[in-house]
Amino acid sequence: MSSIRRDFPALHQLVRGKPLIYLDNAATTQKPNSVIDALTRFYKTDCSNVHRAVHTLSERATKAYEDARGTVKKFINARSDREIVFVRGATEAINLVMNSYARPRVKPGDEILISELEHHSNIVPWQLLCEQTGARLVVAPINDSGELILEEFERRLSPQTALVSMAYVSNALGTVMPVHEIVRMAHDRGVPVLLDGAQATAHLRVDVQALDCDFYVFSGHKVFGPTGIGVLYGREELLEGMPPYQGGGDMIRSVTFEKTEYNDLPYKFEAGTPHVAGAIGLGAALEYVTQIGLDRIAAHEHELLAYATERLGEISGLRMIGTAREKLSVLSFVLDGVHPHDVGTVLDMDGIAVRVGHHCAQPVMHRFGLPATTRASLAVYNTRAEVDALAHGIRHAQKLLAA
Amino acid sequence: MNDIDFADLYQEVIVDHSRRPRNFGRLEHATHSAEGFNPLCGDRLKLYVNVKEGVVQDARFEGDGCAISRASASLMTEGIKGKSKKDVLRLFSEFRDLATGVDGTDRKALGNLAVFSGLAGFPARVKCATLAWHTLRAALEKDSGVVSTE
Repeated sequence: MSSIRRDFPALHQLVRGKPLIYLDNAATTQKPNSVIDALTRFYKTDCSNVHRAVHTLSERATKAYEDARGTVKKFINARSDREIVFVRGATEAINLVMNSYARPRVKPGDEILISELEHHSNIVPWQLLCEQTGARLVVAPINDSGELILEEFERRLSPQTALVSMAYVSNALGTVMPVHEIVRMAHDRGVPVLLDGAQATAHLRVDVQALDCDFYVFSGHKVFGPTGIGVLYGREELLEGMPPYQGGGDMIRSVTFEKTEYNDLPYKFEAGTPHVAGAIGLGAALEYVTQIGLDRIAAHEHELLAYATERLGEISGLRMIGTAREKLSVLSFVLDGVHPHDVGTVLDMDGIAVRVGHHCAQPVMHRFGLPATTRASLAVYNTRAEVDALAHGIRHAQKLLAA
Repeated sequence: MNDIDFADLYQEVIVDHSRRPRNFGRLEHATHSAEGFNPLCGDRLKLYVNVKEGVVQDARFEGDGCAISRASASLMTEGIKGKSKKDVLRLFSEFRDLATGVDGTDRKALGNLAVFSGLAGFPARVKCATLAWHTLRAALEKDSGVVSTE
């Protein structure tokens, strides 16, 4: 593990005089040298626009950009490069599906089915859709452990259900959703499924063909890549039938004032100059993950989560929020008599970075009757010693502030 | 930033007021009230003020929040009693300068509220301390409904 830590320069710094302990990986991950170097290399030697000029730099940039698409395709086991659309992140990918897939199809009374533990990015786009079309947002509840109640989900699948859109892993609680059952139940009724893989992609092996989902979205920056780049995977026949999301350059075949012919997949959905450097950086990030091996990553994180759950469980006055049997990476908790914001500040004084607040999942907070939690989220480079420091920091906060 | 430590922010007076907030609870027959909300942390605060002839006679608050927001509301309700609306708003302006590290004009006027000087080293926490004040201003301006720090 120490060799992995060496790959991440940001981990080796002092914060408020203490060695940084970075436990906010569900918000964003740190970047390995290979990603930083790929970005630097692009800007230093290959910087050019893609798909346009015939000069050498443009050829290099285009090749690197399309190679990155190939890396994504392989990483999530899509059937074809045509199914990989580069977007800004998971949020934009969901908005793309909302605008280009759902909006032209749904009628008043149709339903979009989500779960109670979704991130705001998988709630608000559908509320916009409902306002615009008269469709209805239907929410499948979770239980006290933070698990989807599968029977309740199934009961909410109806002839009006136009689309199921679900997190693969909850950002607020770490719950791994029963995605295989969700997809099977939805497909049995002819309903397509979008999986929001923002919190999954850095932690477990993703195979969109095995998942059998219709759309899969994720953000690059949560899987060691740059910010501002993400991926929409869509089944080719669905993407083919969808109108463009934005108009502009690169997404057309020919333009006259009378009629414009759109480009082939995936370029139809990539209007304007894309985030070339970001895509190349994401490619480097996924190659880095592949090189470590997702099975190794998952095993390390599983062991570390179990250790952290045990260590934090020993702290009296600490209540873990989200205790699903299938869970990864996230420790969300509250302390008696100490507000999460104060915990966050005290931990920061110890060089420990955690997230405090509602984690852009306010309905989850409402479900548990809390305004906020403290969330520590793990990645492959975290260690037992860091978990020990976290436990120590939490006790420190209790000592200083608990009534 | 290394020389800033916990004690600069969580001074004894602040910890004391966060554990045992003064003027906590509903104020019956308040002439002014407002609700404050910090969407970043989900903190909610309800503030009650009794104003007679332009002077704050009494102020109380209820709600749930972090130590900084509780202590700030507690110290604020103590600090504004007997002051005119105009003086209260001037105090808010002075308090905000203190919290954000801007040179103020009349630090002496702050009295006990000066214990929040450590906030300048914690920009992410400034809103915790100003929530009560934003809510107070809304209450005094008879601006009903929920104010937000955002």
